[in-house]
Amino acid sequence: MTFLGMPLAHAPRGVGHLRGDEPFPRAARTALANPQLRRNVQHATTTIRGKSGRVIAELPDWQDLRAAGSALKAYTMANLPRLLEQLEAKVTEAGGVVHWAADAAEANRIVTGLVRATGEQRVLKIKSMATQEIGLNEALADAGITPVETDLAELIVQLGDDKPSHILVPAIHRNRSEIREIFLRAMPGVDPALTDDPPVLAAAARRYLRETFLTTKVAVSGANFGIAETGTLTVVESEGNGRMCLTLPDTLITVMGIEKVVPTWQDLEVFLQLLPRASTGERMNPYTSMWQGVTPGDGPQSFHLVLLDNGRSAVLADEVGRSALHCIRCSACLNVCPVYERTGGHAYGSVYPGPIGAVLSPQLTGVEDNASLPYASSLCGACFDACPVKIDIPSILVHLRNQVPHPAAEKAVMAAAAYTMDRPRLYARAQRAAKFTKLVGKRGRGLPPPLNGWSAARDLPTPPPESFRDWWRSR
Amino acid sequence: MRIALFATCLADTMFPAAAKATVLLLERLGHEVVFPEAQTCCGQMHINTGYQKEALPLVRRYVRTFEPYDVIVAPSGSCTGSIRHQHKTVANAAGDKGLAAGAEEVAGRTYELSELLVDVLKVEDVGAYYPHRVTYHPTCHSLRMLRVGDRPLRLLRRVRGLDLVELPAAEQCCGFGGTFAVKNADTSTAMLADKMRHVLDTGADVCTAGDTSCLMHIGGGLSRLRTGVTTVHLAEILASTEKA
Ligand code: SF4
Repeated sequence: MTFLGMPLAHAPRGVGHLRGDEPFPRAARTALANPQLRRNVQHATTTIRGKSGRVIAELPDWQDLRAAGSALKAYTMANLPRLLEQLEAKVTEAGGVVHWAADAAEANRIVTGLVRATGEQRVLKIKSMATQEIGLNEALADAGITPVETDLAELIVQLGDDKPSHILVPAIHRNRSEIREIFLRAMPGVDPALTDDPPVLAAAARRYLRETFLTTKVAVSGANFGIAETGTLTVVESEGNGRMCLTLPDTLITVMGIEKVVPTWQDLEVFLQLLPRASTGERMNPYTSMWQGVTPGDGPQSFHLVLLDNGRSAVLADEVGRSALHCIRCSACLNVCPVYERTGGHAYGSVYPGPIGAVLSPQLTGVEDNASLPYASSLCGACFDACPVKIDIPSILVHLRNQVPHPAAEKAVMAAAAYTMDRPRLYARAQRAAKFTKLVGKRGRGLPPPLNGWSAARDLPTPPPESFRDWWRSR
Repeated sequence: MRIALFATCLADTMFPAAAKATVLLLERLGHEVVFPEAQTCCGQMHINTGYQKEALPLVRRYVRTFEPYDVIVAPSGSCTGSIRHQHKTVANAAGDKGLAAGAEEVAGRTYELSELLVDVLKVEDVGAYYPHRVTYHPTCHSLRMLRVGDRPLRLLRRVRGLDLVELPAAEQCCGFGGTFAVKNADTSTAMLADKMRHVLDTGADVCTAGDTSCLMHIGGGLSRLRTGVTTVHLAEILASTEKA
């Protein structure tokens, strides 16, 4: 892809987690065969959906807030280069160091180098989609550095040697007895008498994490927002682990996707109302941490901001697809998605699951590498209605389906269908032929592939004795 | 009023009863129905499967065929949604500004059946009689693309003899999604299973909706399970009277 004559790179292969091992339909089948997973995900999404719906209903101006959020994001994308340079200048002015990473490999190299320079062997991690996307934990481990996830759900995923399955609730596919087993197996110094009572599990994690917080000197975070006007970085979270990571260590390294910049401080007025209500169903998120560069004598004395592209510029170049960059990662679209609810997040292959993943991952990697994802939706539109920044996900899905390389057999069928349908007399003849065809068999059982998926669980209608068109003529 | 019928290719070919019912209902209400024979398909299947280029002649055909008419009705929320929200995009993507303008105009005069009845013809009691226990599934495109809201329910509530029962989790997709049901058959079936469970929970004999496509999907599942519950298009219920 080129933009103003410049070639725009997609996220490179072989690093990070934007590509799955198998196409969505196959991965989904595995997930669908796991009733425990389906129950866990269904229960969790239904609960969050209800909670979020209730607090959204409290705001009479919710639709205005959505419109404002959408407009702010559109403005930001239209002015991205200027805003990023402004952010860089402000962060630098406040004593931070800004690094530009064209892709996952470069970002990993920068972060690993920065940690190495401190001489530390262990880093604290705050839950962050960007660092998951680039596979930072693996890169750090390869360099002999141990990353410790401090978000409870992320810790469960890490200790379980598992992959996150939800943007906000990465362990949504686990229930408490599974969590107990993971802790017993993998948490250093855990009490062998651990029960699966949620407060007991939380206390075990807290004890383990406290110790780690107090003895680790480097932390890596993501960012929800980076304010260009002031150079302020913002992380919102629910557990307080983020606050610890952002304040206790000597060195803080933040990896932020370039689309996370917002123009002014005041813009947070909109986003900090939209985000918690749409995501966790809270009126306000429990912890909002904000920092500007370095404050002498208070908090980390060395701050690095890594600005990550990794395919985002290519997304920005697509007029229809670019609004996927407006996403504030609230995960509301996952929670309302009937497909996600049944398959869970792993089926999407990428760290970005659900409807937003289906439009973002293929754009970041190039559609060839995630060709099945734009089809992982029935286009029911629930995501569009739920999205706090009004991303028209169904339209982007349809748009991307035009870019996907189509199978030859499908292409032939679609071309023939279009040809026939553009010729009413040929079309009427085809209709008459349809009722004689033996292809569908008795009551439509046993269609040949690729249509056998349909007839496996549904009867086909019996073709009527005459088409409407023939009835109309004979009237 | 003179109303042009867009039968939709699926109803025309596989479910003529829905299109016939639309004609009979509108005629009973005193309107003239015409069926321009140059019509075929709105192109939605092509558009939604990623064949926008192939859909272009179908969009052009729809616009040219229905341009002369002031009011157009389709017994489908999904096709009406495609006409209203996608035709212009397809024309613009092909760089055909004239067609895009035409598409927008014709789309503005195209109504889904319940919209036509309630908004244009201003009628809720269509004089129908249908002595069955019925549940209504709001199809996604009626609900979220067209925002038909409770129009179909308002029409159903005025049908004599009809016992309307609320469908639990009604707003959840049935899992059809056009080629989604083929490309992601397993996920589609899982969604269908939940929809069928909810339909059966109502104890209704009939599940109705404004789209033959979703009804084909739900009906195909209910038939396979030998549930005895049938799927009937909204138009057929509204066209029913004590005589027929
Ligand atoms: S696309 Fe919208 S609903 Fe989905 S995670 Fe992003 S902001 Fe939330």
